[in-house]
Amino acid sequence: MTDIQNQTNKAGWPTNGANKILAKRHRTERNFRRLGLTAILIAMALLATLLVSIVGKGYSAFIQTTITLDINFEQEILDPKDTRSPETLKAASYGSVIRNALRTEFPEVKSRIELRRLFGLISKGAVQELRNAVLANPKLIGTTRAFELTASDDVDMFIKGYISRDVVEQDRRIKNNEIVWIDRLQNQNAIQTRFNTRFFTGGDSREPEVAGILGAMVGSLYTLFITFIISFPIGVMSAIYLEEFAPKNKLTDVIEVNINNLAAVPSIVFGLLGVALFLNVAHLPRSAPLVGGLTLALMTLPTIIIAARASIRAVPGSIRNAALGLGASKQQAVFHHVLPLSLPGILTGTIIGLSQALGETAPLLMIGMVAFIVDIPGGVTDPATVLPVQIFLWADSPERAFVEKTSGAIMVLLSFLVFMNAAAVLLRKKFEQRW
Amino acid sequence: MSFLPLIISLLAMCAAGYWYGSKKALSSHSFAGQQNAGRPHLYGLYVVIWGVIPPAILLILWGVFSYSSIDVSGGIAGKIDKVVFPSLITVAAILGLTLAVRQISPNLRARKTVEAAVYCVLILASTLSVFTTIGIVLSLLIETIQFFEKVPYQEFFFSLNWSPQMALREDQVGSSGAFGAIPLFTGTLLITLIAMIVAVPLGLMSGIYMTEYASKNFRATVKPILEILAGIPTVVYGFFAALTVGVFFRDVGTFIGLDVVSESALAAGVVMGMMIIPFISSLSDDIIMAVPQSLRDASYGLGATKSETVINVIIPAALPGIVGAILLAVSRAIGETMIVVMAAGFAANLTANPLESVTTVTVQIVGLLVGDQEFDSAKTLAAFALALTLFAITLCLNVIALLVVRKYREKYD
Repeated sequence: MTDIQNQTNKAGWPTNGANKILAKRHRTERNFRRLGLTAILIAMALLATLLVSIVGKGYSAFIQTTITLDINFEQEILDPKDTRSPETLKAASYGSVIRNALRTEFPEVKSRIELRRLFGLISKGAVQELRNAVLANPKLIGTTRAFELTASDDVDMFIKGYISRDVVEQDRRIKNNEIVWIDRLQNQNAIQTRFNTRFFTGGDSREPEVAGILGAMVGSLYTLFITFIISFPIGVMSAIYLEEFAPKNKLTDVIEVNINNLAAVPSIVFGLLGVALFLNVAHLPRSAPLVGGLTLALMTLPTIIIAARASIRAVPGSIRNAALGLGASKQQAVFHHVLPLSLPGILTGTIIGLSQALGETAPLLMIGMVAFIVDIPGGVTDPATVLPVQIFLWADSPERAFVEKTSGAIMVLLSFLVFMNAAAVLLRKKFEQRW
Repeated sequence: MSFLPLIISLLAMCAAGYWYGSKKALSSHSFAGQQNAGRPHLYGLYVVIWGVIPPAILLILWGVFSYSSIDVSGGIAGKIDKVVFPSLITVAAILGLTLAVRQISPNLRARKTVEAAVYCVLILASTLSVFTTIGIVLSLLIETIQFFEKVPYQEFFFSLNWSPQMALREDQVGSSGAFGAIPLFTGTLLITLIAMIVAVPLGLMSGIYMTEYASKNFRATVKPILEILAGIPTVVYGFFAALTVGVFFRDVGTFIGLDVVSESALAAGVVMGMMIIPFISSLSDDIIMAVPQSLRDASYGLGATKSETVINVIIPAALPGIVGAILLAVSRAIGETMIVVMAAGFAANLTANPLESVTTVTVQIVGLLVGDQEFDSAKTLAAFALALTLFAITLCLNVIALLVVRKYREKYD
């Protein structure tokens, strides 16, 4: 690159000056190379930070603190008339049973404010636990048993070390007297930490300690199901038409340009389309997986079409010619030979499209899937929420305990995505044909 | 008769028609030895097609009737809706099926009809994307026109004040509803700019390293890892930006004596840039790969080092493609919603200071529409006007990007 002629001596060997320039150029080369490597390392470090921060915050969501109390299932409170009918047992005041147990455990606590704090150690969801236990086994009534009850979110946070003892009392969610009680319970080995099954079996709740993601997972499942049954057949049919049958004309051009542009339309615009089309015109139920699925199907369609077209294009023409030569019609050649051969590729693309749909949030916010829904949805027209929206809702909640729930839900969502993508990669590896 | 039983009975009739049609074709003596008769299942499908098309047309008419007529709960309209249409549909299905079955004979070219029907279905499926686009444009346009009837477009595009809260009472102060979208556009631009400052150098440099320097093994392991960044849902990035990055920047700011709000444009922009890195790196990867090897060889032949080749030969050759990739990335950043909803502010600030809180177009769309049921106030309509603007901008960016890339392609093919 430089004029070397002037910098050689008589014998033609490079002089010092030329060597210097060469060294400088090589230095630049090394630096450039390092720059590239640094860029990659920074990107990977960012990814690592993200994952570590999520897992670091979220692993404790799978652990639940419980408090064991000697519960006296008093006949007087639960079933005064001795009927043992499910209605009575359902309506009975399990709260007072828990409160009595706490009173006997801590007889010295008398003032109303202190009592309220004491009762606050146990989660509001514990009532449900007792009710279920008694309904399952009515013989419990009249006995006294040690019973594990879910602790409240503040106790849970304290036990997990998120609330420090060193903070000034006013700034601490757990006050000094509560710490004394918790310590005493701990000394009696009455506080345990368990795997949090309710996180996977419960619906949403305002109480972080009893909130679960099953409702959101089922909602996601329904939504993805609708997305799949709409977008897969239509996507494959479009791809077949565009690759195999479409004449070269204006309409085909318009369709092709359209699909490419649709793939780049911001997802939130699809949400507004969903609002206008499915809610305002078609009057489908708000917050339903049906509407969410339809909206996401429109969004996923371009991805599936593009993947399916690539896969169909990869099938060599000799296959088509062989089929046609044996007297098959064009459609028979496509449906009997080309389509089965390209199916692994199409399915891979579909799974990737669906995994995008699974992580999508914005359009679903638009169509009202952000409602607070406790029940597990039972069908595609029930109000529901989906995993990413649940994450969004929990991330917005002020309680400290929801931070770990959010991170936990993110971990679950990410593992679903990893699973789907791994399936796609596996599918490609196993069935991919090189022609 | 209600909708679902009707559909189920129609399906059952079609199944019976398919079975009977194929059976008739299979068992009929006149079919034996006929060369040009199709396979039996084609006759079954032929019957099904005649059993589906007439009811389908009537079903569409029924749907149009149900939604267009004002009151279908009673009177003649109600009777037509509840009784006439379902029975008409059933009759049409039965008629279609029986006529089709009677037509079955060796001279009937069933395959031709079936294939024509399949062809039509294929065309219909592929035009759905066109209808989606038309649907988007129409739905946004109708609401936007309504919005501009209430709020003049000069205010929307040129006014500096955005506070969409309408007054609930006459005497309420400061909530007259101002719809100047300039602060939203500047906020979007600011966050996009920050994202690009993060993503373009990192993405481009990793793309260059991957194609020009990396060994095959390095590429095979690192590329999928980088693509994980693209696969992470945006809501996760939003959570990360709000709870980790935002707080981190605020703490660093306090440490060095700067006033950084925890919902700063910087945090949202950096995390958005992080999301876009793999997008730019894989696009530029493809583009650099597409530069012909002969250009590289020529450069090496003249004694250039790799970095000199990259800077003086490859990047100039790939520049249109890289510009296209960056434009696509910008359009993604502008349309990105969840990160900014969770990590950027809701208050419209007209500022260029990345340490302050700004709001974006997408944040406002979400803020205006979520939880709102009335669709005729200027407040909700404003969301559609914003979305139309967003759609138009991203569409322009995509079209320009595609044009740039296409032009580049013509050069080396």
